[in-house]
Amino acid sequence: MKLRAFHQAKWDEEVIFELHTKGERGILVSPVENAIAYEVGDGISALPESLRRKTPPALPEISQMRVLKHYLRLSQHTLGADLNVDIGQGTCTVKYNPKINDALAASPKVAELHPFQDESTVQGALEIIHRTDLFMREISGLDRFSFQPASGSAAILAMASMIQAWHESRGEGKTRDEVITTIFSHPSDAAAAAVKGYKVVTIHQTEDGLPDLEALKLAVSERTAGLLITNPEDTGIFNPKIDEITRIVRAAGGLCGYDQANANGILGVTRAREAGFDMCFFNLHKTFGTPHGCGGPACGALGVVRELTDYLPVPLVDFDGEKYMLRHDLKHTIGKVRSFYGVFPAILKAYAWIMSLGERGLREAANVAVLNNNYILEKVKTIRGASAPFAPGRHRIEQVRYSWEKMTKETAVTTEDVALRMADFGFHLWSSHHPFIVPEPFTIEPTESYSKAEIDEYLAALRKISEEAYEDPAKVKGAPYRSVVHRIDHSSFDDPAKWAITWRSYLKKNRKGI
Amino acid sequence: MSDEKPFVHPYIPNSVPEVKEQMLREIGVRSVDELYRDIPERLRFRGRMNLPEPLTSEAALKRHVEGILGRNRSCAEALSFLGGGCWPHYVPAVCDEINRRSEFLTAYAGEPYEDHGRFQALFEYESLMAELLDMDVVNVPTFDWCQAASTAVRMAGRLTKRDEALVVDTTGPDRLLVMKNYCRGVMNLVPVRHDPVTGGMDLEDLAVKFTERTAAVYFENPSYLGFFETQGQRIAEMAHARGGLCVVGVDPISLGVIAPPSHYGADIVCGDIQPLGVHMNFGGGQGGFISTRDEERFVMEYPSRLFGIAKTAFEGEWGFGDVAYDRTSFGVREKGKEFVGTAAALWGITAGVYLALMGPQGMRELGQHILQKSQYAVKRIATLSGVKAPRFKSPYFKEFVVDFTGTGKSVADINQALLGRGIFGGRDLGRDFLGLAGCALFCVTEVHTKNDIDSLAAALEEVLR
Repeated sequence: MKLRAFHQAKWDEEVIFELHTKGERGILVSPVENAIAYEVGDGISALPESLRRKTPPALPEISQMRVLKHYLRLSQHTLGADLNVDIGQGTCTVKYNPKINDALAASPKVAELHPFQDESTVQGALEIIHRTDLFMREISGLDRFSFQPASGSAAILAMASMIQAWHESRGEGKTRDEVITTIFSHPSDAAAAAVKGYKVVTIHQTEDGLPDLEALKLAVSERTAGLLITNPEDTGIFNPKIDEITRIVRAAGGLCGYDQANANGILGVTRAREAGFDMCFFNLHKTFGTPHGCGGPACGALGVVRELTDYLPVPLVDFDGEKYMLRHDLKHTIGKVRSFYGVFPAILKAYAWIMSLGERGLREAANVAVLNNNYILEKVKTIRGASAPFAPGRHRIEQVRYSWEKMTKETAVTTEDVALRMADFGFHLWSSHHPFIVPEPFTIEPTESYSKAEIDEYLAALRKISEEAYEDPAKVKGAPYRSVVHRIDHSSFDDPAKWAITWRSYLKKNRKGI
Repeated sequence: MSDEKPFVHPYIPNSVPEVKEQMLREIGVRSVDELYRDIPERLRFRGRMNLPEPLTSEAALKRHVEGILGRNRSCAEALSFLGGGCWPHYVPAVCDEINRRSEFLTAYAGEPYEDHGRFQALFEYESLMAELLDMDVVNVPTFDWCQAASTAVRMAGRLTKRDEALVVDTTGPDRLLVMKNYCRGVMNLVPVRHDPVTGGMDLEDLAVKFTERTAAVYFENPSYLGFFETQGQRIAEMAHARGGLCVVGVDPISLGVIAPPSHYGADIVCGDIQPLGVHMNFGGGQGGFISTRDEERFVMEYPSRLFGIAKTAFEGEWGFGDVAYDRTSFGVREKGKEFVGTAAALWGITAGVYLALMGPQGMRELGQHILQKSQYAVKRIATLSGVKAPRFKSPYFKEFVVDFTGTGKSVADINQALLGRGIFGGRDLGRDFLGLAGCALFCVTEVHTKNDIDSLAAALEEVLR
């Protein structure tokens, strides 16, 4: 297959402060009406001296078209999913975000809604939330959903909070002080539990890539508050003993929270209910097709079994058969994990995505995501220097964590080098594979959104780079050549004397005396 | 599934049966179901998800969703005076143009090469906010002000190795609920009373409640109730004198005219960027910022991504990347600082665009405009019989409390009557603040004209008659 003669835009664009020209204006603010100025004066005189800003903020002054151009250029320096075969950010489920859904969310009927409006004026918005709740119940088998958490991590925090509130309500809040997770579960499963004051117990995997059940049996005790676990884990291996894991934790008195941030391979195939979970969540910006937005705004749809409904964050949306309403009176509620009702545009887009696909379409999306993934698995295994650790001969669900270990040993070309070279072909191969248990890792997750031809093109680039690594490793190590910038000097990023998190800080540290 | 007609959907290219067959052959299996072999039968869901018939045509989908949304009556179709953490401000067209770009909208977490623009735009957001706040470090946005305040307090706890925070009791109710949940099990939040006349913090109560366990004092400026805390310097001094930190929440849109908290002693500043070019979105437009001085001990306590600027191998090129990445939970899981992940990056980029458009002059003019408009609104409303406005004797910005107790009518009744006249009245404060039954929080910004305010006053006069 012929590889694309790609070159990313390279505008050599200034940092925005360098575009400053004193006196230019980007947008004007209308002055208040004369009659108002006449009535109240300049407004500022009403403030005590101590509250008045003495020197204006040193924001740049730039005309409107130049601001627009600057950000359009930066946008061209960004490789959104709409532009590439975005399968190299494995675990992130970067799929197609239908444009119609964005158009619907841009309506003033969404954008100009205020969360405190009278319920009679937001019946449409509440209906969308309620109906999406019903859909999520079907998909998970659980009984009630809240869309308040604004990300997967926030949903994990909410699950850890409900675990805490549950045990507190039963007088075991103090004694149950441990949360169990697995090493291949998302880092936030460990981190958000620690935020709540829990001691985190991490179960490692055995040689088959699955969590060690014997270690789990030893880990549970009267101190166990709960379990937070991802399945399939980042390896893409479905854990067939997931119900045994929940049984062990429940028998010890713990609650079980399912991290289904990415459920893209299992829609309609297997559910939180059958696996014995008390809680779960789905990232709408992963599985349900809402845009990632460079990292949010987003939504972690949080579901629980009936017994835990009273612990959900408030308010919930209720429907009495005639009208929709916000319900605040939950006896054991953890309170809130975000202001208002979460990121409504994300809920709306997920609703539209589900309505476009229906039950059969959801299954088809999952099936094709799994088909694509296993197709890639077959092909990657034939690329020199690449391998798929764990579970040899087994199929995977929605993604695979691969390794360049062999290639690195043989050529000294690392996974980072490959990632940077992939940029030359217009692809991502991202570098986040925590924990770094698999040596020289890379993770591919094709989702259902890319055609076979596109997948083949991505694979051709991987194959090409492998050939280069074996024939001309320096070429790979010098990449990227056709991306926006050349290799970045990382030496300042961990040095407090040199790091510069803002432009003003950069100027202070680098241009003293100028 | 073989007896069903093929389901080819525009979002799923490889749903074409021939392509599917070819891929299955190459994998060496006969059906997709075989690929699920690892999922044991007892875990397989063999039922049907009870979902509505899909609207696979885009035209039908659009009609259906618009039909539901048509039951909303937005602030664009009424005259709204609602605020309270989500505010109506003018959104420049360029802000929408940028945040609706495919490149930004559908990007996620690429490397600082092919996603160079994402890194630069967020670095610039940090930098522009830093000028507004007059501080040297700002994070890549977190979820909202609630989360920013929660993290700010937890940062203070770690920095001082203390486990209590004093929080003024006029703090926004959502904020307080999020902070309480976020701190539960690790830190205590202790309320500090406000002065019933000025609304400002009761410094005597602060002095009494400050102990050797106090990590931070938290207040908001302007407060949730719109008035300014004028004793910021004094509060910061009291906190510092006893080894605590001063954490201040602020509305960034006020800072063209109002002194930023760093000027009166704040150590950690937080707030929401929704006012800066993001639509209200039913409360979905929030994004939180946290800001500090550029001291290692502060920087190392951030859970957030912090994007920094650097050189590249090519002279004259700007590169960007993660500063002190190893403090994050990505790297070290539960040993990291709280947690980090997807939050509100697109709104951060948008807020950067907004500040670049507004410049220092625009921010000053806007701040002044809002001061004048809200003062005018108070003046008009205060003339109504039985109405007290503002409830607190302090200068205010954008929002103010109107006390209707002297009118003999409840806020709920007044708002119902206003609704009938096409007006969304102020937020009823009775539920959230014990002492403010019969009071409402009104919000007036640059989107309101003199006519709008006069209409409100006239409608209130009718309603209260």
